[in-house]
Amino acid sequence: MPHDGHDHDDHSELSPIALRVRALESLLVEKGYVDPAALDVLIETYETKIGPRNGAKVVAKSWADPEFAAWLKTDATAAIASLGYTGRQGEHMVAVFNTPDTHNMVVCTLCSCYPWPVLGLPPVWYKSPPYRSRAVIDPRGVLAEFGVTLPDTTKVSVWDSTAEIRYLVIPMRPANTDGMNEEELATLVNRDSMIGTRLAGIVV
Amino acid sequence: MNGPQDLGGMMGFGPIAPEPGEPLFHAPWEKRALALSLAMGATRQWSIDTSRHAREKVAPELYWSLSYYEIWIEGLMRLMDERHMLEGAPKQLPVLEATRVAAILSKGSNYNREVSNAPLFEIGDRVKVRNLHTTGHTRLPGYLRGKTGQVALYHKAHVFPDSNAHGLGENPQHLYTVRFSARDVFSSETNDTLQADLFESYLEDP
Repeated sequence: MPHDGHDHDDHSELSPIALRVRALESLLVEKGYVDPAALDVLIETYETKIGPRNGAKVVAKSWADPEFAAWLKTDATAAIASLGYTGRQGEHMVAVFNTPDTHNMVVCTLCSCYPWPVLGLPPVWYKSPPYRSRAVIDPRGVLAEFGVTLPDTTKVSVWDSTAEIRYLVIPMRPANTDGMNEEELATLVNRDSMIGTRLAGIVV
Repeated sequence: MNGPQDLGGMMGFGPIAPEPGEPLFHAPWEKRALALSLAMGATRQWSIDTSRHAREKVAPELYWSLSYYEIWIEGLMRLMDERHMLEGAPKQLPVLEATRVAAILSKGSNYNREVSNAPLFEIGDRVKVRNLHTTGHTRLPGYLRGKTGQVALYHKAHVFPDSNAHGLGENPQHLYTVRFSARDVFSSETNDTLQADLFESYLEDP
């Protein structure tokens, strides 16, 4: 990669924050505190390797393989690690399973805790005050904004990630998918269904 | 601290407005902000708890007006300012090398610690959240103060952020997931529940 290979803004009019970050990076490189090549690898990792397709494979396997689902219930960290998804912001995993009786939804009211190894980096709405404030006091109103209306008989269970435990929602398997293999099932799993703000089986 | 980060139950922030087809980054600087924050974390000059506290110390009017990566940069600048890292001769720090990124990310940091004291509570116990107003870093969300719930999960002992954030040691504590009724916490008219991960010193016998 050429010296200036990472993508700075192409246009000359940079915003104040873009200028600030660029100046900060230059200073930290000059001081020898960061290696720009490491920054490129970090970015590339979250752009291409670590994202919600990982979580979708976990969910699809749990739908297809009852033994794996049982393992996921008792030791999610180990079960998820068996598929190769480990590490930063997923060190202590808990999988919560949606059923007709209970719909799970995950939030971090205090910051932006999110299970990076299986879902990648969180979307802006997950980190922003509207979701963080309302997910706990008005979860059904939040779900309605995502187009999800649950029957009154379904209890909403909200998990506030206030420590280093990270939660993955296992959405319910959509109907009429009996003949599908894991790969096909994984295509039915959208990111938000693993946060709990949508259902699986819909295209987002 | 009762700071701008403690958002659970607040009102007036408007719609959630998920962006269809949202890109992973909204501007090139966001990529660099993420990577700089992670790379500087790897220099081991502060813990993840200290970095969270740096962000929540951003004054409310600023915190609520910044985007999330702007908050990260604001926090990172403060962490480095506090340590006089932006002035004078460079210190010798462990630097994250490109070849080590994959290994370090996939290893992560285990927050479990061994402790000699037995847990005070077990799964199924009723517990009450203490009426704490910690002035420093805490992971007790304000909306749960004084509420009574039931221990749903037990996670053994974890690093205690309220202490670790201030460089006062890891002082590991037993960690529980406590389940609350939304009726009790927010006067909900449903049977919905709320769970939060709470350290033992946040809790008492009801």
